[in-house]
Amino acid sequence: MSRQFNMRSLILSTGTTIILPLLLLFSLFLLLRGHNEPGGGFIGGLVAAAAIALKLFADDYPSAKALLRVHPLQLVGIGLALAALSSLPSLLVGDNFFTAQWWTLPLPIFGDLKLSTPLIFDIGVFLGVIGTVLTVIFTLVEAEH
Amino acid sequence: MDMSVLIALPVIIPLIIGALSLVALNNHGVQRILGVLGTAAVLVAAIVLIWQTWLNGIKVLEVGSWPAPFGIVLVSDLLGAIMVLLAAITGFATAVYSLKTVRKRFERFGYYPLLHLLLAGVNGAFLTGDIFNLYVWFEVLLVASFALLIQGGERAQMEGAIKYVTLNLLSSALFLTAIGLLYGLVGSLNMADIAVRLQQVEDPKMVTLVAMLFLIAFSIKAAAFPLFFWLPASYHTPQVAVSAVFAGLLTKVGVYALYRVFTLMFTGEVDFTHQILLWMAVFTMLTGVLGAASQYEVRRILSFHIISQIGYMMLGLALFTPLALIGGVFYIMHHIIVKANLFFVAGMMYRLGGSFELKQLGGLYKKHPGLALLFMIPAFSLAGVPPLSGFFAKFILIKAGVEAQAWWAVAIALFVGLFTLFSMIKIWNEAFWKKAPEPAIEVPAPYRNTALYWTTGLLAAMTVAIGIFAQPIYVLAETAAQQLLEPQRYIEAVLGGAK
Amino acid sequence: MTTLMAILIGCLYAAAIYMMLRRSMVKLLIGLILLSNAANLLIFTVAGLERGVPPLIAKGAETVVGGSADPLAQALILTAIVIGFGVLAFAVVLLHRAYEVIRTDDMNEMKGTD
Repeated sequence: MSRQFNMRSLILSTGTTIILPLLLLFSLFLLLRGHNEPGGGFIGGLVAAAAIALKLFADDYPSAKALLRVHPLQLVGIGLALAALSSLPSLLVGDNFFTAQWWTLPLPIFGDLKLSTPLIFDIGVFLGVIGTVLTVIFTLVEAEH
Repeated sequence: MDMSVLIALPVIIPLIIGALSLVALNNHGVQRILGVLGTAAVLVAAIVLIWQTWLNGIKVLEVGSWPAPFGIVLVSDLLGAIMVLLAAITGFATAVYSLKTVRKRFERFGYYPLLHLLLAGVNGAFLTGDIFNLYVWFEVLLVASFALLIQGGERAQMEGAIKYVTLNLLSSALFLTAIGLLYGLVGSLNMADIAVRLQQVEDPKMVTLVAMLFLIAFSIKAAAFPLFFWLPASYHTPQVAVSAVFAGLLTKVGVYALYRVFTLMFTGEVDFTHQILLWMAVFTMLTGVLGAASQYEVRRILSFHIISQIGYMMLGLALFTPLALIGGVFYIMHHIIVKANLFFVAGMMYRLGGSFELKQLGGLYKKHPGLALLFMIPAFSLAGVPPLSGFFAKFILIKAGVEAQAWWAVAIALFVGLFTLFSMIKIWNEAFWKKAPEPAIEVPAPYRNTALYWTTGLLAAMTVAIGIFAQPIYVLAETAAQQLLEPQRYIEAVLGGAK
Repeated sequence: MTTLMAILIGCLYAAAIYMMLRRSMVKLLIGLILLSNAANLLIFTVAGLERGVPPLIAKGAETVVGGSADPLAQALILTAIVIGFGVLAFAVVLLHRAYEVIRTDDMNEMKGTD
């Protein structure tokens, strides 16, 4: 571990264990409300990436990396694939390429759930942003070693 | 479902394939297979696209069903379709060539995803009908090219990359500035719509000013005189497959953007704007070829020749006569294939001869006559020796120059052709003809190079074919040039033709 | 206000180019950052400076009544900022790596490829 991250603070470390799940939840909340209200995949992804960066500062690099499980670039790949594939359902119904498609899913108790290709696109952006930001941060951390 | 989705395929396929090979980050076998299959799929899509565009005229796709001029449109006119086809050929050749040349180390750092991202960016730039979208695609291909350029992390690569990154970011900022001013002037981003509205702008001086900003921004990307220094500083530093795809495609995106912008939008003060283009073209040709004369490293010689060739392409646009535009389009077709191929051959010279330095090479003709032939075809084509593709490209341009009575430009174009021949003969004499220097360089044990011979051989065959079938290719270039000279057709297809 | 913005943008461009012409890599990077910010501000300004008129269509109305801020220009800037962020993040990593390999911050020392 490099010197920079040896200043472990007990307060920050303990605080992070509580804040981290909240931040991740909040990022999902931002992602899902994003269609008509402020929020969306980009800002949600930034919040999630910030949460993992917080883990990096509070604990150490290996634990932050373990939190992500996959390589951040793979996350970018999944996100990009989702975003690109969300352009295709419109072709099945005969609309122009990339035209937004909406499906309503009737659920018991919760009422109707609206699903759409913009949502898939946004999830792709969400994953892509997390992956990109963390790739940059992790690369800089590794450069310190 | 109509066929307009075809226009999106050359962009969306590389994006999806690139994303999938990013997911398979640690599985190099899957990445290689995806690389070949993906680029092959794009090649098929590009062939169908150009066929459809040839038969049915300009095709337009309103992405997401948002009507023009408000949404983003993808437009495939013949120039765009030709460029996409050339990019697809280069991409496929590079993917096959990479199988045997790209080191494991680079594959682990995402070589294939970056290659696909680069191709998506290039194709997006060729097909978009929206000026801001063009900027976005430029940035996509730029980011991919940055990362490809520094794979390996050697000192020369870093130095080259800093120059490359700085000048390209400067160019992007100027491009963005120009877009901002243009938007303030006409309030639209759709290129066809801008072309219509520019005719009603009361202040033609302001339009010319914005046009000059675009000219500077794109000519940096195209490595035209005077801001070309980043190219010879960086293009010889990455691995050969990357150099080849850069040499074939990247500067040509800049040239394409110049062609698009200065035939569709900024045709109000041709006397002024295209006169500047003419001088830039002349100096670009001259500096490139003179720079090459002083070099003794194969890739650096070839890099400088990219610059001089860019000059020819700009000459076609600058003269702005029907014949000159035909010559320009023909030249682009000839150049992309020849240039990528020459870099591929340079890579094989390195494998078989052990060096890129002419002083250390030698005797390759005796040992590898096949390679010598593969070098000779694109090299002589580049210099303009009949009956290869370069001869017809240069011939059309020079004839156009004579007809336009641009004597200086014609004289310099001929002179530069002669010097190009000199450079190619220099490589031939030093690397192939002269005896191998003593002591010979240690070359790693020979291994199977079949894939490499196939790639370069096919590209060389294309060069010969463009020369032999010059007439149909000429007709294709002629139709593309006609579409460029009558922007009304493009405008109608985008604004009027769609529902 | 527009005049003030124009002067500010001009100063930003000038400062950016001045910084880019310095010999230090870090100052070069600062120059690039200033340059992209200047371009963004320029788009913001040329699209017209409006205050307190969001481009929202009132309930029951068909179009925006009266003048409104141009949302497209702001969307452009947002896109350009995101792209600029990505590219500059890359440039930071590049300069860091370059410094480790070349061991100097002085652009004049980087003549190996000229």
